[in-house]
Formats: sequence, C-alpha cells, structure tokens
Amino acid sequence: MKYVDEFRARDLAEKLARQIAREAQTGRDYHFMEFCGGHTHAIFRYGVQDLMPANVHFVHGPGCPVCVLPVRRLDDAVELAEKHGVILATYGDMMRVPGTKQRSLIRARADGADIRMIYSTQDALKIARANPDRQVVFFAIGFETTTPPTAVAILQAEAKGLENFSVFCNHVLTPSAIGHVLESPEVRDLGTVNIDGFLGPSHVSSVIGSQPYEFFAREFAKPVVIAGFEPLDVMQSVLMLVRQVNEGRAEVENEYTRVVTRDGNLKAQTLVSDVFELRESFEWRGLGTVPYSALRIRDAYAAFDAEKRFAISEKQSRETKSCECPAILRGAKKPTDCKLFGTVCTPDNPMGSCMVSSEGACAAYWTYGRFREQAAKRERVPA
Amino acid sequence: MNAIDRPSRLARGSVDMTHGGGGRAMADLIRDLFHRHLGNSFLDQGNDAALLPAEKGRLVMSTDGHVISPLFFPGGDIGCLSVHGTLNDVAMAGARPLYLAAGFILEEGFPLADLERIVVSMAHAARQAGVPVVTGDTKVVEKGKGDGVFITTTGFGVVLDGVEISPARVRPSQAILLSGTIADHGVAILSKRENLEFETEIRSDTAALHTLVAAMVEAVPGVSMLRDPTRGGLAATLNEIARSARVGMRLKEAAIPVKPDVRAACELLGLDPLHIANEGKLICICDAGDAERLLDVMHGHENGVDAAIIGTVANDDAYLVQMETGFGGSRVVDWLAGEQLPRIC
Repeated sequence: MKYVDEFRARDLAEKLARQIAREAQTGRDYHFMEFCGGHTHAIFRYGVQDLMPANVHFVHGPGCPVCVLPVRRLDDAVELAEKHGVILATYGDMMRVPGTKQRSLIRARADGADIRMIYSTQDALKIARANPDRQVVFFAIGFETTTPPTAVAILQAEAKGLENFSVFCNHVLTPSAIGHVLESPEVRDLGTVNIDGFLGPSHVSSVIGSQPYEFFAREFAKPVVIAGFEPLDVMQSVLMLVRQVNEGRAEVENEYTRVVTRDGNLKAQTLVSDVFELRESFEWRGLGTVPYSALRIRDAYAAFDAEKRFAISEKQSRETKSCECPAILRGAKKPTDCKLFGTVCTPDNPMGSCMVSSEGACAAYWTYGRFREQAAKRERVPA
Repeated sequence: MNAIDRPSRLARGSVDMTHGGGGRAMADLIRDLFHRHLGNSFLDQGNDAALLPAEKGRLVMSTDGHVISPLFFPGGDIGCLSVHGTLNDVAMAGARPLYLAAGFILEEGFPLADLERIVVSMAHAARQAGVPVVTGDTKVVEKGKGDGVFITTTGFGVVLDGVEISPARVRPSQAILLSGTIADHGVAILSKRENLEFETEIRSDTAALHTLVAAMVEAVPGVSMLRDPTRGGLAATLNEIARSARVGMRLKEAAIPVKPDVRAACELLGLDPLHIANEGKLICICDAGDAERLLDVMHGHENGVDAAIIGTVANDDAYLVQMETGFGGSRVVDWLAGEQLPRIC
C-alpha cells in the first residue's frame, strides 16, 4: 500500500535498529515518554520494543483522550442519557468505559437509554436533524485533534438554527498535560519516573504545530521529537532523541515533517478560539486538577452548551478500587504493576479506562504484549 | 385472484400479516415463491417434514441464523449467504453436505420483489452446491419487530470413516494453512453501511467450500482441524482452536494474504483485517509433512488459489496466538473485546 508500506518496511527498521544500538551508550539508560496512546499502540502492535537495545525504555504517557476523562464526567454523560432523556451521540471508544459502580454507556443503553455510536460530528448533526422533537447531545472528548470538528459542528448548528443540538464539552489540551507530568512529584522530587525526552504528539501537532513544545524543551531541559504514528517514525524519533541526549541538547525537533509545521493549522486554531475558551481548571483522571488544561464553549454559543442547557446534578463519583489507571497515566506505574491487570481486568471486562480504549496502555499490553509477561514469569519460576 | 396476476403481485406487493397466517395467502406465497424457485423432489412431497433416504457414515448437523445488514451487498445477499454459511459449517466437520432446511422470519411491509431476489439467490447457491433445500418454514412479524428478513438454515451431511476433524487432534509443530485472502466479506459489508459508505470494488468472498474440503480430505484424510473464520475473523478462530486444543500458535504476518484494497480500507477505518469476517475461507491444521501436498490441492481448486501456510502450532501453556509482525517484532493476536461490527452475517 503506497504511503503506508514505506513507513513499515522491515529492512529499514533493521537498519535503524542497528543505528540506535550503535549510538545508545552502554552504561546508561534512556527513558523516553511517548505522550500519545497512538504511539503506545504502534510500539506494541509492530513489536518496536523488540528492535530496541535493552537500555532504551518507553514510558507511556497520558495521551489517550478516553483514559484521561474523569469518572465524574462519564457519570454526567450517563445521567444526560438516562435522566434527561436525550439522544447521546458518542464515539465508540467511550461506550465500554466503566463509570461509578461499573456503570457504562453500553449498560445504560441496554437498560433503555438512547445512546448512539457515531464516527464523526457530522453524524451527530444528522441525528439532530432527523429527530427534531428530541434533544441530541454530542459527547465531545479528545485533544486538539478532535476539537476543530466540534467547533465546526457548533457553528453549523448555529447557522442552520438546529435548536435541539448541544455539546457536552470535554476537550483537553496537550501542552498543559505534558507540563503537569513534568511538574509531578514523581518526576521532580521523588525521581521515581525518569524521563530523558519526549516522543511528541503527531496528529495533535498537525493542529497546534511544534512551537508550543519549545517551552518544555527550554524550561525543563527535555528534548522533544515530534513523531509520526508509523513504526518507522517511532524508531527514527528514538534515534533523534538518543542523539540529543548524547549531545546534551534539549530542543524541539520534528520527525513528522510530512504533516507538522512549526505554526500548525492556523485555520483550525482560529475556529477553536472562536468557539471555545480556556477553563480555569479541569479534572483529569490520573493527573488530578490541572489549571488551564481544558476548553469550554464561549458564552456566544451558550445555546449549544449541554452543561448550560441541562441541570446536571452534583454527584459522588468513584474510580474502581485498586485500579491503577491514574498512576499508569502519569507514567509512574506500568500496567503489569496493577493487581487487577489480566486477572479481573481484561478488555472483555474492563475495570478502568486504560483497558478499554484502543489508545490505552493496559489494552496495548494485554492485546499485543502479554506474551512478554508470560516469558518473564517463566524465567522467574524455573520449571 | 387468477394465475396471470401472480407474478406482477409478487413484483409489486409486500409482505403482510396474512402471509404468515396459515391461510390461502401463505399457501400462495409458499407455492409461487418458495416452491417455484427452490423446488426439488423432497420439497415437493408437500409434507411438514421431508422424508429422506439415509446414507452410510456418521451424520453431521449444523444450524445458523442470518441477520445481516444490508440484505444485499457487493458479491452476494442474505440468500446465498444463508446457504453458504451452513454448508460450510457442515463441511468443516470434513463432511459431504446432503440436505438443507430453511426458516424465514419476514417483516410486515417487506417488498415481495426483494424476497423473490433473495429466494432466487438461495436457489442458485443450493443448485450450484448440489444440495437441495428439503423443508422450510415462514413466519411474519409486525412492522418494526424485524428487519426485512432473517433466515435460519440447517444442514445435514455425512462424514466418511477415517476422517476425524477435532481440536483434540491439534498438536504442536503442525502447520496452519489458510485458503485465501482475509477480510473481504466484512469490508464489503462495511462499505455499504449507512453513515460509512465508501467507494470500493471489494466484494464479499461468500462461497460454498465443501468441494474444496472434499478434495483436501481425499488427498490427506488425516487433516486434524478445519474451521471457517467467520465472525471475529482469523484472530478469533485461531484463538478458539488454540484454547480448545490447549496449544499456542506462531504466525507470520507476511504470509497472511490480504488484498491491497482491503488493507487500504482497514487502514482508513482503523480496523485490523485479522478481526474481520470471512464467508468463503477456511483454516486447516495438519501434520507438517502433509502441508505442501494439501497446499497443492488447495491451489488447484477455485476457492484456494491464494492458499498459504501462515504459521505453526506451538507448545504454550498460556494458549497464546503470537505473530511475527511484518516489521520484524512480535505481538499477540488477540480476540476482540465486544463486537466490532454487529450483524455481519
């Protein structure tokens, strides 16, 4: 397949693997956080770890939109569908995420709530047009990549006078999350999480550009390489990070030049700032309350804000007990450190969001990588 | 109503509650549509049950409900699919299918012309396979209680002595063969789904595999395992076998045939071809020494032209299906959690 196979070629992968092995200095370790769940999955799906020398480690970051949504907001969405009688339009990934007491959208739907899986915001608008006597709420989640389509949907709804459409906005921002990870006690004080550099987001960066990361590189002296989602992109970016570390540089470099520019997509940025404004603070699963890390709908478009249209109740939301998603999202633990992993918690019966999402670290470990644990277990317990 | 009116009534009319009521309308429908197209000496006996000659050998029986949406798709429709699906289930026991039975659940308001298209397609598939539909049933449900038409088919066949297809016979170091390209059916269905339509030439691979199986079993009667990777795709089927046989599997991604346009569609939609349904492919597990001979037989059959050896059975107490990726790494090939594409067959 053209423009895809080139980025998955085995001979190039082997060549890059040899190069990384040559340049990674023995006697030290390299810990690189891949921020995005998309990278985590590429690493596991293609077996990239197998091609790395033993001293290059991946630390999985919080860049999975489904994973970082706090239980409270999911409970709110369930309430919208169950108590307010709306048609809730949601991306498929959200359906199976367990809320408080394991209540998920898919359970709510089985019990009679009208919840529909959509592929794009345009589908949500279509549902609203087809059901003029019903309220239709789009459950908007995601980082900067999914925000512009939500902005467009709101503008279209306004232009067409679509009064039964609103958005439950949960859009969050990447740079504030990276900053928060770098400020966390595990990284700064306790030193339990080593991060020598970042594989920077690919699709997010196509919207916001590479410029927003320059601050981290400078302030925290951490190199950032913006990396595409194909496995060769990941390997090339690792090589670039290894070189920066070896040379004592901390710069923003762009491996994903075929898509990402320094300034990003200005038209998308304008659309987003027309429709949304910063929230003073927002709760993230795993990271806690992060200041200026999420967006809300501006007053000018308040008519399309589900949080203003419906009286969503205060509630006591709770994570599943002993689920380690929060620590995993900070890079402080690996999925296999969680007591629930692979025992009570599997993709068929997820206890936390990281096991549900196609971008979650637990799902990647379980779905593609669990033979490594089997092998490790065999080594620990001699037959 | 006179006989001359009947074809036009079929072409124009639609199913109503009288068609399932047991009265004259139902009798007319059965005669003008089902008997007319599916007719054979057994069906024409006109009894509620068909009287069939017994054959030597062990009897094999399988049943399968078909609820596919849309009813008509590139490369086939629910009619031929309901014949192929059950014939294949019977054939995967190493059996020669002999008879089919069909049950129809029709929704009030369903166009009779569409029903006729479906029955004609069933009849064609059954004739091509040389397996008659010997008995059937029709019920009608109110509008909104069904989705056009659901078809359940049941198949009978016989399996010769000496042929023992069973996961219990799967052993480490045996070879895993696949009869052709994967994911064609699921992607063809997907391309016609509402709110997901895309332009493509991809057609469903729906086909009856019993003649391929007959040729394989004749060449190598000791074949250990046969199964058609339908719902859940190659990944689910291999995991099922691995679990019941208590073995692992080691695949080579580069050896698994996928058509380029199917791969492109999967890439676009974020799907893994390993998880997507097939309706005209089979997986075969046999002793390593028989693999090349079987492969030759498969290559010589129209349903096995792209057949390939895709991996081997391994000792593995976790029963994992693992794959060497085209990229050079390793990964698990897992079952899919939940339903990726509902109502695919």
